[in-house]
Amino acid sequence: MNQLIQNLVDGLGRGSIYALLALGIAVIFGVMHLVNFAHGELITVSGYLAYWMFISGVTWYLIAPAVVICAVIVSVIIEQVAFRWVRGAADFTLLLTSFGVHFVVEALFLMYVSASVKSFNRPGWIANTFSVGSVSVEIFDMVVILVTLLVLGLTALILQRTMFGLALRAAAEDFDTARLMGVKSDRVIRGAFMLSGLLAGIAGVFWLMRAGATSPGAGTTPMLKGVLAALIGGLGSLKGAVIGGFALGLAEVLLRSNLPGSVASLTDGVVFALIAVLFIFRPQGLITVSHAERV
Amino acid sequence: MLEIESLTTRYGSISALREVSMTVGSGEVIGLIGPNGAGKTTLLGSVAGLLKPASGVVRFEGDDETGSSPDQMLRRGVALVPEHRRIFTDMSVVENLKIGGVTIPAAERTGMMDEMVELFPVLKDKWTTSAGYLSGGEAQQLAIARALMSKPRLLMMDEPSLGLAPILIDVVFDLIVKLKEQGMTLLVVEQNATRMLGVSDRAYVLRSGALVAEGTGTDLLARDDLFDTFVGN
Repeated sequence: MNQLIQNLVDGLGRGSIYALLALGIAVIFGVMHLVNFAHGELITVSGYLAYWMFISGVTWYLIAPAVVICAVIVSVIIEQVAFRWVRGAADFTLLLTSFGVHFVVEALFLMYVSASVKSFNRPGWIANTFSVGSVSVEIFDMVVILVTLLVLGLTALILQRTMFGLALRAAAEDFDTARLMGVKSDRVIRGAFMLSGLLAGIAGVFWLMRAGATSPGAGTTPMLKGVLAALIGGLGSLKGAVIGGFALGLAEVLLRSNLPGSVASLTDGVVFALIAVLFIFRPQGLITVSHAERV
Repeated sequence: MLEIESLTTRYGSISALREVSMTVGSGEVIGLIGPNGAGKTTLLGSVAGLLKPASGVVRFEGDDETGSSPDQMLRRGVALVPEHRRIFTDMSVVENLKIGGVTIPAAERTGMMDEMVELFPVLKDKWTTSAGYLSGGEAQQLAIARALMSKPRLLMMDEPSLGLAPILIDVVFDLIVKLKEQGMTLLVVEQNATRMLGVSDRAYVLRSGALVAEGTGTDLLARDDLFDTFVGN
């Protein structure tokens, strides 16, 4: 029982990061019909910033907000440099463009920085635990879960209560009609990329804190997890993205903990198999999205 | 108020609208009628900024607005109620109205919503209901109210009676008359030609992307040949 509770906390902690990444991907998909395979590059670039700040003697208290700001800025730059020019293009063109950005960013770091992994110290408190009865809980997991819940709550407030949120939701449902209502396409798309970058930046802080390292390909795994979580939840559904993130995190941890030792290393494979089974029965993901018009 | 000169709009190599010229005067109700595929929706889309004309000029209150974006046209005072209503079904009635008023100052938005409730009392009871649960008639009224939230000087409506029960069609045409009485300028695409011509000051008839007739409602109603041939009504 204790093991199960610990696994649940661990899974929710991991799932929180996936949920933030998936939500960012879902926001962009909503307004552009773009599955953004360049989403992980926000973590790659931010990771190098964290590394450079760390070797300059900066503490995590400053690195963390810098990582978030960096992710927001890089997200907007990527939109302006790459995606702006293919708005309204076929889905496949958008997909290829996002792959292009992913590979170009990775190549730039390989060519001009280094192929080697750059390590930095994790925060001192990251491995600390506290006990609730006989259950030992990592402080890091609790911080990740609480911050994620706070961020999700604030995001929900923004989407429900602000004109920007309404415009974003309207654009996600029917972009042309949103434009007819006076929603400025440039502004709403830029806002979507800023929000997506913000969510990726917060997820990136936790990802980098846990990893304690970065490399040119550092963004690939978080990007894949985010895309998978968004697909599980139902691409285009913001609620689904969050559910998908938590479901993926819990599935990974519970499987890793409960699979026999000889196949524990195949956890990712088993997770993919389960996702494949899910898609056989619910190809649209957990939440059905009936619209998601594109720009 | 609105002048369209030799407007041509294409989808790829196909001309959906060919050299169409027309005018809408301030305070007029103009009907735009014709069979399916005549180019009526294309014309409204070209004026509203959803479609880029291949050639020609769209002038609003004397200014050349050809190729302006939808949000620019709305800020200039041109609103469109699109075909099939296209309300935001994942949003509540009040949220639909708020987004309709995105271009007006926040301080005016509440007052405008109150006005919309007066004009469309049915919306009051559904205020926080998801728009996806509205009936066809309620949804059409919401779509019109949402467009009016921006305080347009020219309101364009695309097939406002489409898919509505006869009693609700009466509501839509009564509303057109009411808006006209309030001084609103209207350009209305309507398949129900007889009803539309009955409330129009003037009307234009489109066929295969070209303008084939124009005149007052009375004149056009008198031309049975026109209806038999072009409208089939």
